Amino acid sequence: MLEQNIFAGFGGQGVLLMGQLLAYAGMLEDKHVSWLPSYGPEMRGGTANCSVVISDRPVASPIVTKASSVVVMNRPSLDKFESFVQPGGTIFINSSIIDKKAERDDISAFYVECNKIAEELGNPKVANMVMLGAFIQKTGCVDFENVLKAILNKLGEQKANLIPLNREALKRGAACISQS
Amino acid sequence: MAKKLMKGCEAIAEAAIRAGCKFFFGYPITPQNDIPEHMAARLPQIGGCFLQAESEVAAINMVYGAAGAGARVMTSSSSCGISLKMEGITFIAGAELPCVIVNMMRGGPGLGSIQASQGDYFQATKGGGHGDYHMIVLAPASVQEASDIMQRAFDLADIYRTPVMLLADGIIGQMMEPVEFHEQESKRELPEKLWATTGWTPDSCRKRAVVNSLYITNEELDTLNQRLQSRYREIQKNEVTVEEYNTENAEFILCAYGTIARICKSAITLLAGEGVKAGLIRPITLWPFPSDTVKKAAEQESVKALLTVEISSGQMLEDVRLAVNGRKETAFLGRPGSYLPSAEEIAQTVLRMRRMHS
Repeated sequence: MLEQNIFAGFGGQGVLLMGQLLAYAGMLEDKHVSWLPSYGPEMRGGTANCSVVISDRPVASPIVTKASSVVVMNRPSLDKFESFVQPGGTIFINSSIIDKKAERDDISAFYVECNKIAEELGNPKVANMVMLGAFIQKTGCVDFENVLKAILNKLGEQKANLIPLNREALKRGAACISQS
Repeated sequence: MAKKLMKGCEAIAEAAIRAGCKFFFGYPITPQNDIPEHMAARLPQIGGCFLQAESEVAAINMVYGAAGAGARVMTSSSSCGISLKMEGITFIAGAELPCVIVNMMRGGPGLGSIQASQGDYFQATKGGGHGDYHMIVLAPASVQEASDIMQRAFDLADIYRTPVMLLADGIIGQMMEPVEFHEQESKRELPEKLWATTGWTPDSCRKRAVVNSLYITNEELDTLNQRLQSRYREIQKNEVTVEEYNTENAEFILCAYGTIARICKSAITLLAGEGVKAGLIRPITLWPFPSDTVKKAAEQESVKALLTVEISSGQMLEDVRLAVNGRKETAFLGRPGSYLPSAEEIAQTVLRMRRMHS
């Protein structure tokens, strides 16, 4: 197993967090993981992305140039990263704010209305968790419950009251895949 | 102990504290700010001292002072900040004091960029400051290794009374990986710091300790330099560490350190798919450089050529060439200015070399 993923969006959408939660969940499953953020002066209000590798062998390169899956949360990320998907790979598109379809026909594309679903759940901040739910449902690279453990670890006990909301967001995202 | 998902910078800082580092003096710069951030939070908890100095120059001279008093002390910075520290580092080397310096390399020259680079290899391994001195230079390639290496860095500094530099590209600092902190009891026997300026009274049974790097007569300076050189020979004899991966009977040998060494491993897997046997030599100590390992690997009959890969225009390449000494072709692939060669690019280069050799 070697899952090489890219998560991309604009600063504030929680794309770095999505990647961290995935890496943390992978670590809980004793997989080899790496999380590498883009960092630079462009991060304020600009684009943000991270590469997450999950493998059953030690991670060689933490840099992803041929991705098994790419998650794009905004339009510039789709334009930039569609070409990074390996033939046969998957792209996850936040169709709430991206009005364009994937151009390639040698990859599978899934469209998730992250922002719309998050608003239905009463908190626009969980749009990233909706997408993460869809991602896990499709790739199966980590267990749903371990992602929740990762979220709890990140939130800390004091904010554990936010777990049900996040669980719901993950589930709604997952449902988008099972229905499609 | 349970694994934690940590950035390289955080793991380095935490490992330093576990290795007994009590003092940190630094000045902020990307991409190593997570080190001072962690130190600022943790050192007060253990009765240590974190201080953000007014400049890099001030910070390294605070390190000089604390090291002179016998403390385990470190600083960290990135490329252009390290240049500013160079005067202090050569003074510390001249005064024969132990300390640890982390350089999380960014692009250069000048202010350069904040992306990962390996452009400071020459500066770290060939001097940097003036005078006939060396630092021990350690180059981790993962968050776990960066954490494990800190205990060794402090021990080597104490044993050889020399500054030790941890040299990593910004990716090692910014990347998160699982890390396990092993209970770090030093396995090395550490000398007593009789030279430290810990306070002298007339009835002290030891000599008065004076920390200085001025040796004004020819005899004095010659004695210092002879002593340093003999110490450097000891280091070269005892402290070389290197990872060899798949090198036995390889056709091509890649030489790389830090993040690029990992990309090389991906390239080696790609090459195996093409039926090409390639191996990797990854120096963990950049100084002392593992010349013997490179030489022996290159001497194998199976080896057609070596390819050094760096995020620079070819710096470690010179040490590879000295070790190979013309026995085999020594090619180079690298890009300055923060661009990283991809695994595919490295594999393509080897395949091209193979066509030339067939």
